[in-house]
Amino acid sequence: MRSGSDVIFKTLADPTRRAIFERLARSGEQTVRVLTDHAGVSQPAVSKHLAVLKLAGLVRDRHEGRQTHYSAEPKGLVPLIDWMGLYGAFWRDRFDSLETLLNRMDQ
Amino acid sequence: MNKRAAATDTLVVERVMPHRPEKIWRALTQGPLIEEWLMKNDFEAVVGHRFNFRSTPMPNWNGVVDCEVLVVEPNQLLSYSWNASGEEAATGIKTVVTLTLTKVSGGTRLRMEQSGFRLQDNSNYQGANYGWQKFLAALERVVAGLT
Repeated sequence: MRSGSDVIFKTLADPTRRAIFERLARSGEQTVRVLTDHAGVSQPAVSKHLAVLKLAGLVRDRHEGRQTHYSAEPKGLVPLIDWMGLYGAFWRDRFDSLETLLNRMDQ
Repeated sequence: MNKRAAATDTLVVERVMPHRPEKIWRALTQGPLIEEWLMKNDFEAVVGHRFNFRSTPMPNWNGVVDCEVLVVEPNQLLSYSWNASGEEAATGIKTVVTLTLTKVSGGTRLRMEQSGFRLQDNSNYQGANYGWQKFLAALERVVAGLT
């Protein structure tokens, strides 16, 4: 499995590809045709971008007849989450609650 | 930024609280009290006891933490593993939380050390220098709206 933030950064560095991903994230499942209408590039180019996004785990596809539907894969962004930053804020906040509790507790 | 891929990092949060260690220990080790300041749990202060913390699920977190009690030294030190659970277990965080109580003038120093953050858990916003931060913030807002 390809993972890690480097792959995701590289994948989303391309503005057209990023626009496709953001569109999928905002608007939900779309066909290649609809995506092409908004992308301003050819359908083969859109398909190529979607293949790269899929390889990075950022989109998933679903085949229905001759159409392929794409949607954003939010879990694909997990490697970008700043766990240490989040937990730093989390524990400081929890310590506040702990102090409130201690002040209420008997000796 | 030059750390090896296998390198891990440790988060430390410390605070001096105007209370005795014994009192803080109760808040750290009694389930109903833990729930009041941390999360719902089935904790028991027994080495080897496996338990969960449970919170409200949110995007990219199912709200459940898989834990096992590692060290219990009454009124001094408590340590448990703190791992992602379920289908997030394979790719999620695998850390160890160690809570240490030290008597100091005016009360007790509570030190929370969470170790084992891998570089890939954590490399996140290193692209900030390249203008990524704003983009990522916008992206997270979008993704937070997804189910």
